[in-house]
Amino acid sequence: MKILITISKNHVGPRFDLANEVVIARVQNGQILGEPRIILLPGTSPEEICALVIKEDVSVVICGGIEEVHYQYLIWKKVKVFDSIIGPYEQALKLVLSDKLEAGAILPG
Amino acid sequence: MTKSKSAVIRKADLLHVLDGVPHGIAVLDKQQRLLGLNRFLGALTGYNSEEVQGIYYDYVLRSNLSHKGNPLQNVIETGESITTEGNIINRRRQNIPIRFTISPIKDSSGKLLGVVLTLEDISILEDLGRKILGLSGLEGIIGHSPKMQEIFDLVPVISQTNASALITGETGTGKDLLAYAIHQTSKRSRYPFIKVNCSALPESLLESELFGYKRGAFTGANTDKPGMFRLAHGGTIYLTEIGDLPLPLQAKLLTVLDDKEFFPLGSSKKVKVDARVIASTHRDLKKFIGQGKFREDLFFRLNVLRLHLPPLRSRDGDIRLLIDHLLNVFNSNLKKSIKGLDQKALDVLLNYYYPGNVRELRNIIEYTATVCQENTIRSKHLPKYMFLSKEKEPLSSNQDQESEKNVGTLDINPESPSEASGSMSWVSVEKRMIMEALMKTGGKRGRAAKLLGWGRSTLWRKIKQYELE
Repeated sequence: MKILITISKNHVGPRFDLANEVVIARVQNGQILGEPRIILLPGTSPEEICALVIKEDVSVVICGGIEEVHYQYLIWKKVKVFDSIIGPYEQALKLVLSDKLEAGAILPG
Repeated sequence: MTKSKSAVIRKADLLHVLDGVPHGIAVLDKQQRLLGLNRFLGALTGYNSEEVQGIYYDYVLRSNLSHKGNPLQNVIETGESITTEGNIINRRRQNIPIRFTISPIKDSSGKLLGVVLTLEDISILEDLGRKILGLSGLEGIIGHSPKMQEIFDLVPVISQTNASALITGETGTGKDLLAYAIHQTSKRSRYPFIKVNCSALPESLLESELFGYKRGAFTGANTDKPGMFRLAHGGTIYLTEIGDLPLPLQAKLLTVLDDKEFFPLGSSKKVKVDARVIASTHRDLKKFIGQGKFREDLFFRLNVLRLHLPPLRSRDGDIRLLIDHLLNVFNSNLKKSIKGLDQKALDVLLNYYYPGNVRELRNIIEYTATVCQENTIRSKHLPKYMFLSKEKEPLSSNQDQESEKNVGTLDINPESPSEASGSMSWVSVEKRMIMEALMKTGGKRGRAAKLLGWGRSTLWRKIKQYELE
């Protein structure tokens, strides 16, 4: 499965619709396979990010604020969304792998 | 702690004073980290001041300021105030248009200590600037049927009072929109509108969510939580699915409605609130009272002003109006150029029962507009379930239920063209029943047999007999 995180420097990006960068990690048996891929998305619309999620067959999205319409679209496409996450994205990734991440979490750091 | 920082924090203490201001206010240090939010901003963003202290402001506010040349940094560098417009996305996934005013905080010697960020919700101004549809008096609610007109006439009257209001109606009829419209057209519109779903949380969580708690009230209560009632101070608290509110909380809610004050969990100090309560439900509360599931006194307290939203199927002419409106919306959202529907598709849409009401119609049009690759929507573009089963009952148990035919019964219309001759033999009637049942169940023989009230083998035998394979 794949996990996509919208990022801003080392943190989960505050807004899904304004994300300039995303990280895509491939995961198998709770372990990250290889180095997570960073994709630059300057000026990309939220619809294009949604399309990327579907194209890349992503199962989990971790992001900051996301509008209801995009959230519902991803849910409809059977993508699990952890939104309103504040904190370093690597920590969010670790937590989601250990099934401990919750939407709205404020992570230290 | 440095002297300058403590000075900013003293400023942050002012947030308690600023709680009464009908704008969001955040105090930031020079590193753009939050020192505190006032209550209004807490309600706007969905965060309380304590939990976000020390966090870079934009992780919490989620504004688009950083995409506007970072005016905050400009204020810190120049010491001059700036006003700019943008938006935020809050925890409830709402995109709210905001006018930001960024002002420096300086000490007596003019040294910069931090920044005050004021957020003014300008969604009302944006609404006024938008092209008014002219279909109703209320933004977002569309309808010109007499039943809806009655509602539109009542809303301005209800908005002028502070009395509790109860909105009833089947699922998907627009109860939330109506509650928001009442808030927006009232004098409380500049204060928060807080929505709480009474059926979404277990009793213990719901109590802390509604009334807040004191630090140490229970394990894990590390900070004070103001609760939704306090966040709605000055504004409106909207309790959806009030019929699902647990009985002990009904008693507490009744006290709040009567006394306008309550004890947060673990606190011995009463909190006074001035929040208008609007409740809604798709349940039949009178029936619930009879079953002992809802307090009669609370019902009478909430039922001061009552608005009942009619189901879509009983709103004369509104289905067509909504179809046209939604088609325009999704044409624009999905960048399509669909011109309309053919007569067959329109007939299906106009004659459907809509157990999910406007919400269901909206989903159907969205699905159809997405699937349709032509200029005209045809019946093949409509969701298959509209043909498979004729839903004859609404999803919710409601006082609006009409005496309609039962779910899944076969409806052989003697007036249909194929039978107009009036000289049909039993064999042809039976053949037609089988064909209709198979069409309704998508060719699934088991379900078709059930629908016909036959055993599978009987259906099998008759299909063979009439050579319908």
